[in-house]
Amino acid sequence: MVAALTRIFGAHNLALAEDVVQDAFCRALEAWKIGGLPENPSAWLMATAKNRALDLLRRERTAGKYAPEMGRLLETEWTLAPVVDEAFAAPKVRDSELRMMFSCCHPRLPEEAQLALILNVLCGFGANEIAAALLTGRAAIEKRISRGKKQLTGSKSLFELGDREFASRLSTVRRALYLLFNEGYHGASPESAVSPPLCEEAMRLTALLREYAPAASPATNALAALMCLHAARLPARVDSAGDLCPFEEQDRSRWDEGLLAQGLTLLESSAAGEEMSGYHVEAAIAAVHAAAPTVAETDWQAIVPLYDRLMDIAPSPVVALNRAIAIGQRDGAERGLRELLSISDRHRLAQYPFYPAALGELELRRGHHPAAHARFRAAFDLARNEAERRYLRKRLQACAGA
Amino acid sequence: MSEFVLLFRSTAEESQQAMGTPERARQSMRTFLAWVRELEAKGHLKDPGQPLGRSGKIVRGKDKVVTDGPYAEADLVLGFMVIQARDMAEALALAAKCPIVEGGACVEIRPVMKVPLE
Repeated sequence: MVAALTRIFGAHNLALAEDVVQDAFCRALEAWKIGGLPENPSAWLMATAKNRALDLLRRERTAGKYAPEMGRLLETEWTLAPVVDEAFAAPKVRDSELRMMFSCCHPRLPEEAQLALILNVLCGFGANEIAAALLTGRAAIEKRISRGKKQLTGSKSLFELGDREFASRLSTVRRALYLLFNEGYHGASPESAVSPPLCEEAMRLTALLREYAPAASPATNALAALMCLHAARLPARVDSAGDLCPFEEQDRSRWDEGLLAQGLTLLESSAAGEEMSGYHVEAAIAAVHAAAPTVAETDWQAIVPLYDRLMDIAPSPVVALNRAIAIGQRDGAERGLRELLSISDRHRLAQYPFYPAALGELELRRGHHPAAHARFRAAFDLARNEAERRYLRKRLQACAGA
Repeated sequence: MSEFVLLFRSTAEESQQAMGTPERARQSMRTFLAWVRELEAKGHLKDPGQPLGRSGKIVRGKDKVVTDGPYAEADLVLGFMVIQARDMAEALALAAKCPIVEGGACVEIRPVMKVPLE
């Protein structure tokens, strides 16, 4: 709704658009308290917001005050109501959301500000919710949002999809959605080890991106495939007690078959064309896992070269870590440990509990229990939330019990 | 470029045809919007004007006699708009595409008169 209104009022009037939505919510709560929930609450909200927007536009009709693309159509009663009505029609709303997404991913904004802005403007998350989801303080999030909004409102219009910058902006958008998904998937909050709402929002926005043909490139399809294949594992990632369940121990019957199938179809469609992105490789790795009934039966011969490829396209210490784990699976614990200890920028993993945990896992596997215990102890001290601590406590017990 | 005032006129019956049901009214507004958009895009929209309510008051003569009017049954001016066009022929062609005309009512096209200096 904010995106639709920003299309009318212009990006420089983002605050006005947000006020209208806020106002509609307040009115709704008041009315519903007395009269009960209407049959179609979202239509009710939409109608209220529309009327509020009409009031505001009538009060000040000056041309040029609002979005330039609206031209003079807001100045006259001949077209005012139909234009507002049109902006709230489903296809236009989708289009506005898409353009808002591109506006939020301004290259001058740091990635973390883009994420905060998307969550605030497009997903309707408040600063508190975003702070909790991104594991950051509220003050820092508010700063990011306000910085992002300053950038956003520096322009009068939402990003034009026909703009020359479209292709480069598209890759920024993909990156932001990828990070958003990962925050949900790995992102640990004090209460839970995964945050499905972030994953759902990332998937919703990626689906929106794919609806627009020029944005539905192979890399976008690969990103969507990756999200589906990972999201399929979400139900198994946390056990019934809410504890993080290691990949090796996941009950694969709890993987979501529908999402797996959807992911594989998307991966197939992403193979059209020459482009080979990091998303392609990550999705391919996830697909190999999806095809295996158990960890032992996984085709590690196929996975290791995919990680090699990923290290070429998008190297990172976490990718190197996963590659080393895959080598450990393929060639045995000794090789895996050697790979882990020779990750070139492993100092960047110094705060990451799953690096010492991976070392511990391989030590345990080759029977060096005291060494494994020490590694898990180090991981435990780095754990960022209760779920991680509970998981590592179990691993520590495994060292002692064996 | 010359300026022309468009006066949109229709009878109650014709208006009923175009705006009688919410769905028809919505459809009429949509097609009208598309027509205005095109005028603006091609630089013809000088002043978008306003639609007018169907009834009002008339004040007449030295005695300022006030009557109700115009009568709803009559051929009413629904509103106005100012466009710019090369000449009457072009203005006519633009007006002919107006959905109000398509709907059976009429648009009156009048050139803005340039009053000469005395």
